[in-house]
Amino acid sequence: MRHVTLYLGAGLIGVIVAMAVVGTFWTPYPPDAVVGPGLQPPSAEHWLGTDGLGGDIFSRLLSGARICLLIGIGSVVAAAVVGVPVGIFSGMVRGWVGEIPARLSDILYGFPALLLAILFAAALGGSTWTATMAIALASIPAFVRIARAATLQVMSQGYIEAARVSGTPRTAVAARHVLPNIAPAVGVQLSVSVGLAILAEAGLSYLGLGSGPETPTWGRMLREAQTYVFSAPQLALWPGLAIAVATLGFNLLGDGLRDLLDPRLREIR
Amino acid sequence: MALRRVGERAAWLLASLLLASLLIFAATNALPGDVAQVMLGTNATPGEAARLRAELGLDQPFLVRYMEWIWGALRFDFGESYITGKPIAPLIASRLAVSAWLILFGMIVAVLIALPAGAYAAVRRRHADGVAVSALSQIGLAVPAFWAGIWLVVIFAVNLQWLPAGGYVTPQESVGQWLAHLVLPVTSLAIVQASIISRYVRGSVIEVLHEDYFRTARAVGWSRTGALMRHGLRNTGISLLTVIGLQLATLLVGAIIIEQVFALPGLGSSLLLAVSQRDLGVVQAIVLLLVWAVLAINFLVDVAYQLIDPRLRRVGDDR
Repeated sequence: MRHVTLYLGAGLIGVIVAMAVVGTFWTPYPPDAVVGPGLQPPSAEHWLGTDGLGGDIFSRLLSGARICLLIGIGSVVAAAVVGVPVGIFSGMVRGWVGEIPARLSDILYGFPALLLAILFAAALGGSTWTATMAIALASIPAFVRIARAATLQVMSQGYIEAARVSGTPRTAVAARHVLPNIAPAVGVQLSVSVGLAILAEAGLSYLGLGSGPETPTWGRMLREAQTYVFSAPQLALWPGLAIAVATLGFNLLGDGLRDLLDPRLREIR
Repeated sequence: MALRRVGERAAWLLASLLLASLLIFAATNALPGDVAQVMLGTNATPGEAARLRAELGLDQPFLVRYMEWIWGALRFDFGESYITGKPIAPLIASRLAVSAWLILFGMIVAVLIALPAGAYAAVRRRHADGVAVSALSQIGLAVPAFWAGIWLVVIFAVNLQWLPAGGYVTPQESVGQWLAHLVLPVTSLAIVQASIISRYVRGSVIEVLHEDYFRTARAVGWSRTGALMRHGLRNTGISLLTVIGLQLATLLVGAIIIEQVFALPGLGSSLLLAVSQRDLGVVQAIVLLLVWAVLAINFLVDVAYQLIDPRLRRVGDDR
């Protein structure tokens, strides 16, 4: 029973990763082509049937896994690369200079990924790129917050004072003492943020603000499925399930990591 | 009271509102894409385009245009839509109510589900049923609200035909129909929110269960439920307030997507229509409104938090 959430989360992510790897090298049919009559039920040729336009659902599902992971992980890693150093800076520097980045990221917090994506789509037209940018920008404040809070905690420790007194430069303190100590908190946030990013990407694709029709994302598959909600509701099953499995995987991984790294919270979460 | 702190917060709120508006204006104006060209189509001569730009004031410097825009926005005047030529403010006013009802009911239903569910999951956390409630909230957290919405339509509108699949009726026309059209959208929105909030409730109730005052209350004869109602609810209320503030942005975004699922004529559907038509004026106005709402409500939550929870007042503030 110990670490059950961690293993469950890792297992679910493993399923999605396996789908992405397989989908990169092999799909039964080209995922973006019409390969048969539309709205076919599952059969030996089409394992999950065909969608309204005659695309093979299983192939599209496989190929969607890669896009989901690429956008989800890519945007969040980009956000962490920006947000964590800013958070550390904000936690290490006293006074208003340190306060300003934290406050600025609070403003960014008022812009959820969807609103940013809408602004970009209005100005540039929606694409995979604008969706990723919007999700990355919207994920930054969480990293600034978590890195700042963890840094403030670390900075009150004796060994930081010892390092400072012995003449270690600030950047070295940040790299050698602060970063390793806040890494667990950042790791948990990474996992949680990827879960949120996958949901956000699905929402954007569903609204038609993300990747174009040539890219079979899960959200776009749901957008197309909704047209057939009266005649073929089963189309909405698999893409939504895939999104839920991916998100659940990263959420559980995040929770599991938190339990593992911070036993004090084990009882609460 | 912590007046000085509230003043500090208010000053910061003003600065954030200003900065946010500048960001929105810059994002939609400094980026490529020429409004005049879009309006006239591709056959327009450069002379025509230049004339239209001058007419719309687009040849003015960026800051001048921003000042005019924000000055108008403060008086709830967003000018006219580039596409339809109609004023934007009345459009927003007519759409606001739909989104507001959706969000308000969504939050109320979510809290009504989350409070008992979270408390139950906390008290029964070492039993199968408590763990099941927690697991359910994990799943609710991972399910996209619009997917839940699609299935609610399949079950309750297509198969059972109990409720309409989409559309909207104003309460002035028929209160019953109005409610019927809101049930499914509100439910899809509330499923996700209730999952998030119930996890916070569970955490804060578990904290209370470990507190000495809770043990004392039990020892002097309070029942577990009674002691929880007396102490747990108050303690949970404070953290609930924060979560609701934090969740507001998620809720607004969720409402935009849900409006699309159920074809509700709210702010979200106006916004998406405007994006597809590249109607920048409408996009700017609605995004500004939503972002300002998030920032302002977070400010209010923050202030309320300061006032409710005496532990958060700084020493020396109570003078």
